[in-house]
Amino acid sequence: MSLSKALIIRQGRVIDPANGLDAVKDVYIKNGHIVAIDDHIDDEKAANAKEIDASGLIVIPGVIDLCARLREPGLEHKATIASETIAASKAGITTLCCPPDTDPVIDETAVVDLINQCVKDAAHSHIVCLGALTSKLKGEHLSEMAALKEAGCIGVSNAKQPITNTLVLRRALEYASSHDLTVFIEPNDPYLSNEGCAHEGAVATRLGLPGIPDAAESTIIARDLELIAEIGARVHFGRLSSARSVSLIEQAQKQGLKVTADVAVHQLFLTEMDLSTYNSHCHVLPPFRELRDRDVLRHAIANGIIQAVCSDHQPHEDDAKLHPFPASEPGISGLETLLPLTLKLVSEETLTWSQAIAALTSTPAKILGLNKGHLSVGATADLVIINPIKDWTLETDNMNSQGKNTPFLGWNFEHQVQQTIINGRLIK
Amino acid sequence: MVNKNARATNPLLGQDHWNIQLDENGRLKHFLTIEGLGSEILTEILDTAENFTSVNNRTVKKVPLLRGKTITNLFFEASTRTRTTFELAAKRLSADVLNINISTSATSKGESLLDTLYNLQAMQTDMFVIRHQDSGAAHFAARHVAPYISVLNAGDGRHAHPTQAMLDMLTIRQKKGHDFSGLRVAIVGDILHSRVARSQIHALNTLNTGEIRVVAPRTLLPADIEKLGVKVHYNLQQGIQDADVVIMLRLQKERMQGAMLPSELEYYQQYGLTSETIKYAKPDAIVMHPGPINRGVEIESCVADGPQSVILEQVSNGIAVRMAVMSMTLGANAGAGTAQTGDDK
Repeated sequence: MSLSKALIIRQGRVIDPANGLDAVKDVYIKNGHIVAIDDHIDDEKAANAKEIDASGLIVIPGVIDLCARLREPGLEHKATIASETIAASKAGITTLCCPPDTDPVIDETAVVDLINQCVKDAAHSHIVCLGALTSKLKGEHLSEMAALKEAGCIGVSNAKQPITNTLVLRRALEYASSHDLTVFIEPNDPYLSNEGCAHEGAVATRLGLPGIPDAAESTIIARDLELIAEIGARVHFGRLSSARSVSLIEQAQKQGLKVTADVAVHQLFLTEMDLSTYNSHCHVLPPFRELRDRDVLRHAIANGIIQAVCSDHQPHEDDAKLHPFPASEPGISGLETLLPLTLKLVSEETLTWSQAIAALTSTPAKILGLNKGHLSVGATADLVIINPIKDWTLETDNMNSQGKNTPFLGWNFEHQVQQTIINGRLIK
Repeated sequence: MVNKNARATNPLLGQDHWNIQLDENGRLKHFLTIEGLGSEILTEILDTAENFTSVNNRTVKKVPLLRGKTITNLFFEASTRTRTTFELAAKRLSADVLNINISTSATSKGESLLDTLYNLQAMQTDMFVIRHQDSGAAHFAARHVAPYISVLNAGDGRHAHPTQAMLDMLTIRQKKGHDFSGLRVAIVGDILHSRVARSQIHALNTLNTGEIRVVAPRTLLPADIEKLGVKVHYNLQQGIQDADVVIMLRLQKERMQGAMLPSELEYYQQYGLTSETIKYAKPDAIVMHPGPINRGVEIESCVADGPQSVILEQVSNGIAVRMAVMSMTLGANAGAGTAQTGDDK
C-alpha cells in the first residue's frame, strides 16, 4: 500500500485504551503514521493536510479481528480476500487474522506465499495468518512451524480440527513454545459433539435437534490447561460459548497460566431460544447456549477473563443455508456486525467505552503479538471514525461481504462507521 | 399474473414457527407438529377421523372429497406403514397420488431438498407428505412451497411425527373415553431419537392427560425432557406402575454400536414388556406400539399379540387420521387454490 497525503482529524473524541486516552483531540497523520495527537494542532503545522471534521464523532484505533475466514484459497464461491477485506475495511476492521483451515491448509510455506501474493494483489486491509499446528490439521504430525513463522505466520492453530492424541498435542505445544509461537485453540471434543448442531438442552430436545453438551468444550479446555500448566506454553482459547469454560479459564488465569480467550460477538446476543424457528442463520458452532451462558460471557469481558471479541466471520453462499437446519452449513457472516454489536454493549452499560474498544483493538493486537491497536505517536495510522448517534438497519443491500448469512438482518444499530483509515489512507 | 413457482421472499425470516401451520382464519393449513395447536384443533382431527372410520368399514371405501387433487408422498427415509397408510388415505379421498422413493430419485444425484420440492411443485402438486431425516425439514418445506400447497409431516428427524401421535390419541380415546384427565400414560424406550414420543407428549399434554411418564435409561433420554411436561423413570416397574396406557417404542439395533446400551438381552431384561412386567400396569391397561415391532427386544410376542394389545387398531386408525388431516388442510387451502387457478388464465 503506497503512502498517502497528510490527514488531520479535528476535534474527535479519541478513545485509545492502550494509552489510557479518552478526550477530544486532533490527530495528525502523515506518511501512513500518526505524527501527533494534541488538543489542537496548528493550521500552520497541518498545512497541505486534508482536514476531517470529527466533532461529535468518536475516533478509535482500527479494529483487529482475531478470527475471520475469508474463504480464499479454496472456497472462492463463498467469498474472496478482495470481497471480504473491502467489507472489513468499511466496517472498521483494519487487521484480520485468518485461521489455517483454507484449502489447501496453511501447513506449508508455499501456501503462506500464495496467500501473501493474493493479499498483495487484492487486500484492502491488513491480513495476518495462523499456520497449521499439525500437518493437514490431522492431529498426527507436527507442521514445520519454524518455517511457517519465517514465512509470516504469527501463531499456530489446528482450527476446528481436534487433536485427540494427547501426546501429539503435548509435543505440539512444546514445539510451538520453543519457537515462541502462541497456540490458538478452538476447543471442541468431536466425540461429545457427535455431529450435533444445537446446544444440548430443553430447546434442542423440543426441536429434535442433535445436541452438543457444554462438556464438548469444557473437557478440552480442562485437558489442555493441565498440559499448559506442565509445559508453560502460551495459549489462546478462541470462541468460548459456555459459563463452564469461562470458569475454567478464570481459574487458570488465577494460577498464573499464560492463557487468553475470546468470544464471537454473536454469542453475546443470541441464545438457544433463537433456534426455535429453525432459522438456519442461527446454526453456528459452538452453538448458541443458554441465557445464563450469554450473561456470563458478557461479564467475563468486563472482568477481563475474556480479553477479546471477534467476528468469527464465516461467509456462505445463499444455498448453503437453504436446507433444513441440521443440513445447513454452520457460521455467520460477521464482519459487518462486529463493531456495532460490541458497541451495543456500551449502550446497554454492560461494558465501558474503554473496555469495549480494548476488546476490539489493543488486546487482540497483544494476543497476536502485533504492534497495533493503539494510537501512539509513530504508530501505523489505522483508525476508525464512528458516528455514535446514527440509526441504521442491517440489510442484505447494505452488506459488503459476499456472504449475506446473518441472523442480525433487520436489527437496528446506533453506531455507524463513518470513515476507516488504513495506513493513513481514507477507505472509500 | 402471479408466478406460482416464485421463491418466497426472505423465507428464513419472520414467519412464526408454530403459526405457520394455521391460515389467517385459524384453520389447519399445514400439519407439521402438534406443538402450538390447541385442543380444539386436535379434537376436530379426532372427530373427523372418527367419521372417516365408517368410510373405511364400507364395501366401497371411497369418498370424492379430494377428486382432482394431487398428493405427493415424498419419502427420504424408508417407511412401510406410514407411506402406505398415507397412500390409502389419499386414494380413499379420491386424490391422485404420486409416490417418490428417494433411493431411486434425483437427490441421490445431488439434488437439494429445495430443488426437489420446486420441481414437484412445477408438476402442480397440491400437497406434500414429507418424511425426512433432518429435524425441521417439514417446516423448511412449508416455508418454501407456494402458498396454495399444504405440507404434512410424516416424520422429520427426531422432531415430530404428528399423524402418528394423533392416531395414537384416537386409539386411546376409543379405548379409554374422551376424558384424558384421569389417565396415566407411560412411554417406554428410546425417547432420545424418537419423533413419535415428542409428538405424543405434546398431544397428551394438550389433551389434558393426567400423568405422562417416560421410561428409559439415561442414555436414551434427551436433556431436560421433563421440561416437556413428563415424569422421568429409569426403572420399568416404577414407570408403568398403575398405568392405563403403555406405549412401547422400537429399539433400533444401531443403538448398541453407539455405546448407548450394553446388549439387546440386558435391554429386554430391564425394559422389555413381557407377560410378567405388564402386570405392574393396570389390569385393563392397553399396550401400544408405533411399529415396526422387534419381538423379543422391547416386547414379548404374547404381549404384542395379547388381549391388551391395540397395535393393529393403531394401524387402521392411521388411515382415518390421515384422511382427516388431508381433508382439513386441503379444505383450508381450497380458497387459495381457486384464486391461483384464476390468476393463471
